[in-house]
Amino acid sequence: MCVTCGCSDDGEIKITNLETDEAEHNHTHTLPDGTIITHSHGHDTHIKAPQIHAKIHNTTISLEQDILAKNNLLAAQNRGWFKGRNILALNLMSSPGAGKTTLLTQTINDLKNQLSISVIEGDQETANDAKKIKETGSKVIQINTGTGCHLDASMIDRGLQQLNPPLNSVVMIENVGNLVCPALFDLGEQAKVVILSVTEGEDKPIKYPHIFRASDVMIITKIDLLPYVNFDVQKCIVYAVEVNPKIQIFQVSATTGVGLDNWYKWVSESLLSKC
Amino acid sequence: MHEFGITQNIVAIVTEHAKGAKVQRVLLEIGKLSAIMPDAIRFCFDICTQGTVLEGATLEILEIPGLGRCRQCGGEIYLDKPFGICNCGSVQLDLITGEELKIKEIEIEELCV
Repeated sequence: MCVTCGCSDDGEIKITNLETDEAEHNHTHTLPDGTIITHSHGHDTHIKAPQIHAKIHNTTISLEQDILAKNNLLAAQNRGWFKGRNILALNLMSSPGAGKTTLLTQTINDLKNQLSISVIEGDQETANDAKKIKETGSKVIQINTGTGCHLDASMIDRGLQQLNPPLNSVVMIENVGNLVCPALFDLGEQAKVVILSVTEGEDKPIKYPHIFRASDVMIITKIDLLPYVNFDVQKCIVYAVEVNPKIQIFQVSATTGVGLDNWYKWVSESLLSKC
Repeated sequence: MHEFGITQNIVAIVTEHAKGAKVQRVLLEIGKLSAIMPDAIRFCFDICTQGTVLEGATLEILEIPGLGRCRQCGGEIYLDKPFGICNCGSVQLDLITGEELKIKEIEIEELCV
Protein backbone atom coordinates (compact mmCIF):
# COMPACT_ATOMS: atom_id res chain seq x y z
CA MET A 1 0.00 0.00 0.00
CA CYS A 2 1.31 3.40 -0.94
CA VAL A 3 1.97 5.52 2.15
CA THR A 4 1.46 8.69 0.15
CA CYS A 5 -2.04 8.25 -1.12
CA GLY A 6 -3.20 4.82 0.03
CA CYS A 7 -3.47 3.42 -3.46
CA SER A 8 -2.41 -0.17 -3.90
CA ASP A 9 0.94 -1.01 -5.40
CA ASP A 10 0.60 -3.22 -8.39
CA GLY A 11 3.70 -5.32 -8.06
CA GLU A 12 2.15 -7.99 -10.27
CA ILE A 13 2.64 -6.17 -13.53
CA LYS A 14 5.34 -7.89 -15.44
CA ILE A 15 6.10 -7.43 -19.07
CA THR A 16 8.70 -9.03 -21.18
CA ASN A 17 11.15 -6.63 -22.81
CA LEU A 18 11.29 -6.13 -26.51
CA GLU A 19 13.67 -8.62 -27.95
CA THR A 20 15.13 -8.71 -31.38
CA ASP A 21 15.84 -11.84 -33.26
CA GLU A 22 18.57 -10.85 -35.65
CA ALA A 23 18.29 -14.00 -37.73
CA GLU A 24 14.54 -13.90 -38.11
CA HIS A 25 14.15 -10.12 -38.10
CA ASN A 26 11.18 -10.34 -35.82
CA HIS A 27 10.10 -9.42 -32.31
CA THR A 28 8.20 -11.27 -29.65
CA HIS A 29 6.17 -9.29 -27.14
CA THR A 30 4.32 -10.70 -24.16
CA LEU A 31 1.40 -8.54 -23.09
CA PRO A 32 0.31 -8.31 -19.44
CA ASP A 33 -2.58 -10.70 -20.08
CA GLY A 34 -0.17 -13.31 -21.40
CA THR A 35 -0.83 -12.69 -25.09
CA ILE A 36 2.32 -13.13 -27.16
CA ILE A 37 2.65 -10.96 -30.22
CA THR A 38 5.31 -11.56 -32.83
CA HIS A 39 5.93 -9.28 -35.73
CA SER A 40 8.61 -8.67 -38.34
CA HIS A 41 10.49 -5.73 -39.74
CA GLY A 42 11.70 -5.23 -43.28
CA HIS A 43 15.46 -4.88 -43.77
CA ASP A 44 15.16 -1.18 -44.58
CA THR A 45 13.92 -0.26 -41.07
CA HIS A 46 15.97 -2.76 -39.14
CA ILE A 47 18.85 -1.29 -37.12
CA LYS A 48 21.06 -3.91 -35.55
CA ALA A 49 21.98 -2.28 -32.22
CA PRO A 50 19.14 -3.24 -29.84
CA GLN A 51 19.14 0.05 -27.88
CA ILE A 52 18.80 2.11 -31.06
CA HIS A 53 16.28 -0.33 -32.37
CA ALA A 54 14.15 0.12 -29.26
CA LYS A 55 14.26 3.88 -29.72
CA ILE A 56 12.39 3.59 -32.95
CA HIS A 57 9.42 2.40 -30.93
CA ASN A 58 9.62 4.91 -28.10
CA THR A 59 6.80 7.33 -27.56
CA THR A 60 7.01 10.35 -25.30
CA ILE A 61 3.85 11.13 -23.36
CA SER A 62 3.49 14.57 -21.80
CA LEU A 63 1.88 13.98 -18.40
CA GLU A 64 2.27 17.28 -16.49
CA GLN A 65 0.84 15.44 -13.51
CA ASP A 66 1.13 16.68 -9.95
CA ILE A 67 2.67 13.84 -7.95
CA LEU A 68 0.54 14.66 -4.91
CA ALA A 69 -2.66 15.06 -6.95
CA LYS A 70 -4.31 11.94 -5.51
CA ASN A 71 -3.57 12.98 -1.95
CA ASN A 72 -4.81 16.50 -2.65
CA LEU A 73 -8.04 15.18 -4.18
CA LEU A 74 -8.69 12.97 -1.15
CA ALA A 75 -7.87 15.90 1.14
CA ALA A 76 -10.43 18.03 -0.70
CA GLN A 77 -12.99 15.27 -0.16
CA ASN A 78 -12.14 15.15 3.55
CA ARG A 79 -12.51 18.93 3.73
CA GLY A 80 -15.98 18.67 2.21
CA TRP A 81 -16.85 15.89 4.65
CA PHE A 82 -15.83 18.09 7.60
CA LYS A 83 -17.62 21.12 6.19
CA GLY A 84 -20.85 19.21 5.63
CA ARG A 85 -20.87 18.20 9.32
CA ASN A 86 -19.65 21.55 10.60
CA ILE A 87 -16.57 19.92 12.10
CA LEU A 88 -13.40 21.86 12.88
CA ALA A 89 -10.42 19.64 12.00
CA LEU A 90 -6.97 20.61 13.25
CA ASN A 91 -3.71 18.97 12.17
CA LEU A 92 -1.30 19.02 15.12
CA MET A 93 2.35 18.60 14.11
CA SER A 94 5.63 18.68 16.01
CA SER A 95 8.85 16.82 16.58
CA PRO A 96 8.60 13.75 18.86
CA GLY A 97 8.32 14.73 22.52
CA ALA A 98 7.22 18.35 22.04
CA GLY A 99 4.14 17.69 24.18
CA LYS A 100 1.33 17.21 21.65
CA THR A 101 -0.42 14.46 23.60
CA THR A 102 -0.15 16.28 26.93
CA LEU A 103 -1.53 19.46 25.37
CA LEU A 104 -4.30 17.43 23.75
CA THR A 105 -5.39 15.58 26.92
CA GLN A 106 -5.34 18.82 28.89
CA THR A 107 -7.35 20.59 26.18
CA ILE A 108 -9.96 17.82 26.12
CA ASN A 109 -10.26 17.73 29.91
CA ASP A 110 -10.65 21.52 30.16
CA LEU A 111 -13.09 21.85 27.24
CA LYS A 112 -15.13 18.66 27.52
CA ASN A 113 -18.11 20.46 29.03
CA GLN A 114 -18.18 23.01 26.22
CA LEU A 115 -16.97 21.17 23.12
CA SER A 116 -17.09 17.66 21.75
CA ILE A 117 -13.52 16.74 20.78
CA SER A 118 -12.53 13.46 19.12
CA VAL A 119 -9.04 12.45 18.12
CA ILE A 120 -7.17 10.70 15.34
CA GLU A 121 -3.79 9.63 16.71
CA GLY A 122 -0.89 9.06 14.32
CA ASP A 123 2.24 7.16 15.33
CA GLN A 124 4.55 4.73 13.61
CA GLU A 125 3.95 2.11 16.32
CA THR A 126 1.98 1.47 19.56
CA ALA A 127 -1.43 2.66 20.73
CA ASN A 128 0.06 4.35 23.83
CA ASP A 129 -1.12 7.85 22.96
CA ALA A 130 -4.61 6.66 21.99
CA LYS A 131 -4.90 4.99 25.41
CA LYS A 132 -4.00 8.28 27.11
CA ILE A 133 -6.66 10.09 25.08
CA LYS A 134 -9.22 7.37 25.83
CA GLU A 135 -8.77 8.03 29.56
CA THR A 136 -10.24 11.50 29.02
CA GLY A 137 -13.45 9.86 27.78
CA SER A 138 -12.92 11.19 24.27
CA LYS A 139 -13.50 9.17 21.11
CA VAL A 140 -10.14 8.19 19.63
CA ILE A 141 -8.75 6.20 16.70
CA GLN A 142 -5.09 5.19 16.46
CA ILE A 143 -3.43 5.06 13.06
CA ASN A 144 -0.07 3.30 12.96
CA THR A 145 1.88 4.24 9.87
CA GLY A 146 4.54 1.52 10.22
CA THR A 147 7.48 2.88 8.26
CA GLY A 148 5.51 5.94 7.12
CA CYS A 149 6.69 9.22 8.63
CA HIS A 150 3.46 11.22 8.27
CA LEU A 151 -0.30 10.87 7.97
CA ASP A 152 -1.91 11.29 4.57
CA ALA A 153 -5.42 12.14 3.39
CA SER A 154 -6.36 8.52 2.69
CA MET A 155 -5.49 7.48 6.26
CA ILE A 156 -7.68 10.29 7.58
CA ASP A 157 -10.54 9.23 5.31
CA ARG A 158 -10.36 5.68 6.67
CA GLY A 159 -9.87 6.91 10.25
CA LEU A 160 -12.98 9.12 10.01
CA GLN A 161 -15.16 6.18 8.96
CA GLN A 162 -14.19 4.47 12.22
CA LEU A 163 -14.23 7.57 14.39
CA ASN A 164 -17.62 8.83 13.22
CA PRO A 165 -17.31 12.20 14.98
CA PRO A 166 -20.55 14.03 15.89
CA LEU A 167 -21.86 17.09 14.05
CA ASN A 168 -20.65 20.53 15.21
CA SER A 169 -17.58 19.08 16.93
CA VAL A 170 -13.79 19.29 16.84
CA VAL A 171 -11.51 16.60 15.39
CA MET A 172 -7.90 16.86 16.53
CA ILE A 173 -5.49 14.98 14.28
CA GLU A 174 -2.20 14.27 16.06
CA ASN A 175 0.31 13.73 13.29
CA VAL A 176 3.39 11.52 13.49
CA GLY A 177 6.18 13.27 15.43
CA ASN A 178 8.26 14.79 12.63
CA LEU A 179 9.03 18.39 11.60
CA VAL A 180 9.65 17.62 7.93
CA CYS A 181 7.30 15.26 6.11
CA PRO A 182 3.86 16.20 7.54
CA ALA A 183 4.26 19.70 6.05
CA LEU A 184 3.78 18.32 2.55
CA PHE A 185 0.56 16.38 3.01
CA ASP A 186 -2.80 18.10 3.06
CA LEU A 187 -5.21 16.05 5.19
CA GLY A 188 -8.28 18.20 4.52
CA GLU A 189 -7.91 19.98 7.87
CA GLN A 190 -9.07 23.54 8.42
CA ALA A 191 -5.81 24.60 10.05
CA LYS A 192 -2.32 23.27 10.66
CA VAL A 193 -0.96 23.78 14.17
CA VAL A 194 2.78 23.37 14.78
CA ILE A 195 3.88 22.76 18.34
CA LEU A 196 7.38 23.67 19.53
CA SER A 197 8.60 23.11 23.09
CA VAL A 198 11.13 25.33 24.82
CA THR A 199 13.46 22.35 25.25
CA GLU A 200 14.06 22.22 21.50
CA GLY A 201 15.85 25.44 20.57
CA GLU A 202 14.41 28.72 19.35
CA ASP A 203 15.83 28.43 15.84
CA LYS A 204 13.56 25.53 14.80
CA PRO A 205 11.38 27.78 12.58
CA ILE A 206 14.35 28.67 10.35
CA LYS A 207 15.82 25.17 10.54
CA TYR A 208 12.56 23.51 9.46
CA PRO A 209 10.91 26.35 7.52
CA HIS A 210 8.52 24.26 5.45
CA ILE A 211 6.38 23.14 8.38
CA PHE A 212 6.32 26.59 10.00
CA ARG A 213 5.45 28.19 6.66
CA ALA A 214 2.60 25.73 6.10
CA SER A 215 1.13 26.24 9.58
CA ASP A 216 -1.59 28.67 10.62
CA VAL A 217 -0.71 28.48 14.31
CA MET A 218 2.44 27.92 16.35
CA ILE A 219 2.11 26.86 19.99
CA ILE A 220 5.22 27.26 22.14
CA THR A 221 4.79 24.63 24.89
CA LYS A 222 6.42 23.84 28.24
CA ILE A 223 6.95 27.54 29.02
CA ASP A 224 7.03 26.59 32.73
CA LEU A 225 10.53 25.27 31.96
CA LEU A 226 11.85 28.62 30.68
CA PRO A 227 13.82 29.38 33.89
CA TYR A 228 15.76 26.14 33.43
CA VAL A 229 16.49 26.10 29.70
CA ASN A 230 18.33 28.34 27.26
CA PHE A 231 15.42 29.31 25.00
CA ASP A 232 14.90 32.88 23.73
CA VAL A 233 11.13 33.20 23.19
CA GLN A 234 11.37 36.57 21.44
CA LYS A 235 13.98 35.29 19.00
CA CYS A 236 11.80 32.23 18.30
CA ILE A 237 8.85 34.50 17.49
CA VAL A 238 10.99 36.69 15.20
CA TYR A 239 12.19 33.58 13.34
CA ALA A 240 8.65 32.19 13.03
CA VAL A 241 7.29 35.47 11.65
CA GLU A 242 10.21 35.75 9.25
CA VAL A 243 9.29 32.34 7.81
CA ASN A 244 5.54 32.92 8.00
CA PRO A 245 4.32 36.51 8.58
CA LYS A 246 0.72 35.30 9.07
CA ILE A 247 1.41 32.70 11.76
CA GLN A 248 -0.57 33.06 14.99
CA ILE A 249 1.43 32.32 18.14
CA PHE A 250 0.42 31.04 21.58
CA GLN A 251 2.69 30.43 24.55
CA VAL A 252 1.40 27.76 26.92
CA SER A 253 2.23 25.26 29.61
CA ALA A 254 -0.11 22.27 29.60
CA THR A 255 1.26 21.32 33.03
CA THR A 256 0.59 24.59 34.87
CA GLY A 257 -2.22 25.81 32.60
CA VAL A 258 -0.51 29.13 31.78
CA GLY A 259 -1.63 30.55 28.45
CA LEU A 260 -4.11 27.76 27.67
CA ASP A 261 -7.10 30.13 27.78
CA ASN A 262 -5.89 31.93 24.63
CA TRP A 263 -5.54 28.61 22.81
CA TYR A 264 -9.00 27.48 23.96
CA LYS A 265 -10.51 30.77 22.82
CA TRP A 266 -8.95 30.32 19.41
CA VAL A 267 -10.32 26.75 19.10
CA SER A 268 -13.84 27.80 20.18
CA GLU A 269 -13.87 30.81 17.85
CA SER A 270 -12.55 28.75 14.95
CA LEU A 271 -15.38 26.25 15.42
CA LEU A 272 -17.98 29.03 15.65
CA SER A 273 -16.66 30.81 12.58
CA LYS A 274 -17.48 27.67 10.58
CA CYS A 275 -21.22 27.97 11.32
CA MET B 1 12.05 10.18 4.41
CA HIS B 2 8.90 11.25 2.60
CA GLU B 3 10.77 10.75 -0.69
CA PHE B 4 10.08 7.01 -0.45
CA GLY B 5 6.32 7.53 -0.40
CA ILE B 6 6.61 10.16 -3.12
CA THR B 7 8.59 7.78 -5.31
CA GLN B 8 6.02 5.01 -4.78
CA ASN B 9 3.45 7.50 -5.96
CA ILE B 10 5.51 8.32 -9.06
CA VAL B 11 5.74 4.61 -9.89
CA ALA B 12 1.96 4.19 -9.42
CA ILE B 13 1.11 7.17 -11.65
CA VAL B 14 3.56 6.22 -14.39
CA THR B 15 2.47 2.57 -14.32
CA GLU B 16 -1.12 3.68 -14.76
CA HIS B 17 -0.28 5.82 -17.79
CA ALA B 18 2.09 3.29 -19.37
CA LYS B 19 -0.82 0.82 -19.68
CA GLY B 20 1.46 -2.20 -19.52
CA ALA B 21 4.19 -0.86 -21.81
CA LYS B 22 7.80 -0.74 -20.69
CA VAL B 23 8.87 2.69 -19.50
CA GLN B 24 12.22 3.93 -20.81
CA ARG B 25 12.44 7.39 -19.27
CA VAL B 26 10.70 9.49 -16.63
CA LEU B 27 11.13 13.25 -16.49
CA LEU B 28 10.27 14.98 -13.21
CA GLU B 29 10.05 18.64 -12.29
CA ILE B 30 11.07 19.31 -8.68
CA GLY B 31 11.17 22.81 -7.24
CA LYS B 32 14.10 23.77 -5.01
CA LEU B 33 11.62 24.88 -2.32
CA SER B 34 9.47 21.73 -2.44
CA ALA B 35 11.25 19.98 0.49
CA ILE B 36 11.96 17.06 -1.83
CA MET B 37 15.57 15.99 -2.30
CA PRO B 38 16.27 14.85 -5.89
CA ASP B 39 19.11 12.60 -4.70
CA ALA B 40 16.75 10.81 -2.30
CA ILE B 41 14.23 10.34 -5.14
CA ARG B 42 16.99 8.88 -7.32
CA PHE B 43 17.97 6.53 -4.49
CA CYS B 44 14.38 5.38 -3.96
CA PHE B 45 13.63 5.15 -7.69
CA ASP B 46 15.82 2.11 -8.29
CA ILE B 47 14.25 0.31 -5.33
CA CYS B 48 10.63 1.25 -6.03
CA THR B 49 10.78 0.39 -9.73
CA GLN B 50 11.98 -3.17 -9.22
CA GLY B 51 9.54 -5.65 -10.70
CA THR B 52 7.49 -2.90 -12.36
CA VAL B 53 7.31 -1.63 -15.93
CA LEU B 54 9.67 1.16 -14.82
CA GLU B 55 12.52 -1.18 -13.94
CA GLY B 56 15.69 0.05 -15.61
CA ALA B 57 14.08 3.31 -16.76
CA THR B 58 16.19 6.48 -16.89
CA LEU B 59 15.21 9.11 -14.33
CA GLU B 60 15.66 12.75 -15.31
CA ILE B 61 14.96 15.54 -12.86
CA LEU B 62 14.52 19.20 -13.76
CA GLU B 63 15.20 21.32 -10.68
CA ILE B 64 13.27 24.59 -10.71
CA PRO B 65 14.85 27.50 -8.80
CA GLY B 66 12.91 29.34 -6.11
CA LEU B 67 11.55 32.75 -7.04
CA GLY B 68 9.52 35.03 -4.79
CA ARG B 69 7.63 38.27 -5.36
CA CYS B 70 7.52 40.94 -2.66
CA ARG B 71 3.99 42.02 -1.76
CA GLN B 72 5.23 45.43 -0.67
CA CYS B 73 7.40 46.60 -3.59
CA GLY B 74 6.60 43.99 -6.25
CA GLY B 75 10.28 43.10 -6.64
CA GLU B 76 11.32 39.56 -7.47
CA ILE B 77 14.04 37.71 -5.59
CA TYR B 78 15.65 34.31 -5.96
CA LEU B 79 15.27 32.08 -2.90
CA ASP B 80 17.12 28.96 -1.77
CA LYS B 81 14.74 28.47 1.16
CA PRO B 82 10.97 29.03 1.35
CA PHE B 83 11.28 32.46 2.99
CA GLY B 84 13.49 35.52 2.76
CA ILE B 85 13.75 39.26 3.12
CA CYS B 86 13.28 41.59 0.14
CA ASN B 87 15.71 44.46 -0.44
CA CYS B 88 12.93 46.79 0.71
CA GLY B 89 12.95 45.02 4.10
CA SER B 90 9.64 43.17 3.73
CA VAL B 91 9.28 39.46 4.56
CA GLN B 92 5.86 39.29 2.85
CA LEU B 93 6.83 37.17 -0.13
CA ASP B 94 4.64 35.14 -2.44
CA LEU B 95 6.39 32.14 -3.96
CA ILE B 96 6.18 32.17 -7.75
CA THR B 97 8.30 29.12 -8.57
CA GLY B 98 10.19 26.50 -6.61
CA GLU B 99 7.35 24.42 -5.15
CA GLU B 100 6.81 22.21 -8.23
CA LEU B 101 6.44 18.45 -7.80
CA LYS B 102 5.37 17.05 -11.10
CA ILE B 103 5.84 14.24 -13.60
CA LYS B 104 6.52 16.20 -16.81
CA GLU B 105 6.70 13.38 -19.30
CA ILE B 106 7.36 9.70 -19.74
CA GLU B 107 8.81 7.77 -22.63
CA ILE B 108 7.44 4.30 -23.28
CA GLU B 109 8.20 1.53 -25.70
CA GLU B 110 5.45 0.95 -28.20
CA LEU B 111 4.14 -2.56 -28.41
CA CYS B 112 4.05 -2.42 -32.20
CA VAL B 113 0.83 -4.38 -32.32
